[in-house]
Amino acid sequence: MDSAGLVWVLVSSALVLFMTPGLAFFYGGMDRRRNVLNMLLMNFYCILAVPVLWMVLGYSLAQVPFDSDFIGSFDSFLLSDITAAGDGGTLATIAFLGMFAAITPALISGAVAGRMKFSAWAIFVPLWLFIVYVPVFKWVYGGWLGQRGSLDFAGGTAIHVNAGIAALAAALVLGKRRVDPAPPHSMPLVMIGTGILWFGWFGFNAGSALAANGQAAQAFMNTFLAGAAAGLAWILVEWVRDGRPSNLGAASGIVAGLVAITPAAGYVSGGAPLAIGAIAGAVCCYAVRLKTKLGYDDALDVVGVHFVGGLVGSLLIGFFANPSFFEGSFSEGIFYGGSADLLIEQALANGVAIVWSFILTWVIMKVLAATVGVRAEEQAELTGLDLALHSETAYHD
Amino acid sequence: MKLITAIIKPFKLDEVKDALKAANVTGITVTEARGFGRQGGHVETYRGAEYKVDLIPKVRLEMVVDDAVVDRVVEVIVKSAGTGKIGDGKVWITEVSRVVRIRTAEEGRDAI
Repeated sequence: MDSAGLVWVLVSSALVLFMTPGLAFFYGGMDRRRNVLNMLLMNFYCILAVPVLWMVLGYSLAQVPFDSDFIGSFDSFLLSDITAAGDGGTLATIAFLGMFAAITPALISGAVAGRMKFSAWAIFVPLWLFIVYVPVFKWVYGGWLGQRGSLDFAGGTAIHVNAGIAALAAALVLGKRRVDPAPPHSMPLVMIGTGILWFGWFGFNAGSALAANGQAAQAFMNTFLAGAAAGLAWILVEWVRDGRPSNLGAASGIVAGLVAITPAAGYVSGGAPLAIGAIAGAVCCYAVRLKTKLGYDDALDVVGVHFVGGLVGSLLIGFFANPSFFEGSFSEGIFYGGSADLLIEQALANGVAIVWSFILTWVIMKVLAATVGVRAEEQAELTGLDLALHSETAYHD
Repeated sequence: MKLITAIIKPFKLDEVKDALKAANVTGITVTEARGFGRQGGHVETYRGAEYKVDLIPKVRLEMVVDDAVVDRVVEVIVKSAGTGKIGDGKVWITEVSRVVRIRTAEEGRDAI
């Protein structure tokens, strides 16, 4: 890694770290005022626990050696074989990937909001990291799914589809909240969170080039454009369908667009980010309604935004991938003269991630339910998790 | 002495406060309140899901006044708080048996 690349990856790592507080505000604002601190701590817990786990063993199992098919090794246990000699590229990459590992389980917290025991969450995060995240990440990056030719630039499959379908499994095991859903307690907090997420996402996507080059610059542009196009698409659907555009619609659209462009950011160009963003914004605007039709309580729409948005973006790579623009060695999408092979590989990679993540998340939650219990006491849920679980309340006079 | 309690629309607070000052009312207590009456609530839409908000934000004013000025104060409130539309609020009057100013221990009319 050259020195420009090193600087960019280190800056990007800090940007990605900042996304987790952003996500906490995005979710926390949507939650009830009596549960907002619980929501914030569920997210902040991920940037406390995951860096430790990542350093101890996560990185080693997920990336060492890079080309192992199914799982890494114990060679980098406690990063014992890593030194600061040379250009620092490996250390920067470990930090960068650690930030990704931290935000991925945090995404799931939105689905279980308002009713999960914090003690269960504290155990769920490490279990999920090693049993679900690390293997799927390995298969996509360097492992058998990546070797087959599927593309996932910054984590559409490995992060958003993975966490999104896990959120569904977790919400199903947990069951519905005892009280009816309430409107967001603080829309300004949601908007601040959205702004922070978008800001951090430039590191998430453009940093994933792991270099300071043209691919990073195009990923940056794509992140910029897809977020905008998706926010516009979502409020446009609302305007036509419901009569008024809304702040929550704009925020949700932006996030859906950023999710969708994540897998494609380093592979698409020109108008493609606008198309991917607009499609994701419009599709997710309808997808968030599925929970009412199908009857699962995905409290803050992790499935409708992250799972659906990630899947849409990942599949659209099969149409929009443009290797000649990047002088890259990946396959062409259907719109650029490619065959359907890339689309099939995208579908396969996501299918594998969906099956693995859903089943094992379900099992983890069932095991936790049978041992420590996953559901907060009825009284805690009714009077507020902040006071019952953390002895704090968010707002005082 | 009487306690006058008024529930009014929040955006009318400044107007009512100024009118009461102009009418020589020496003090009021203001509380943010929520409630429902004939006005009912309204519907808010988030991600296409509708939520009925049936407790509407209001402001509660309280003041203790001398019997002689009760009618005038009520008239001032009704005039300054009214919009003629549903949800303007209510005023009611309660008998007060004793009032004490804490700083001086003055009682009755002197404490108002």
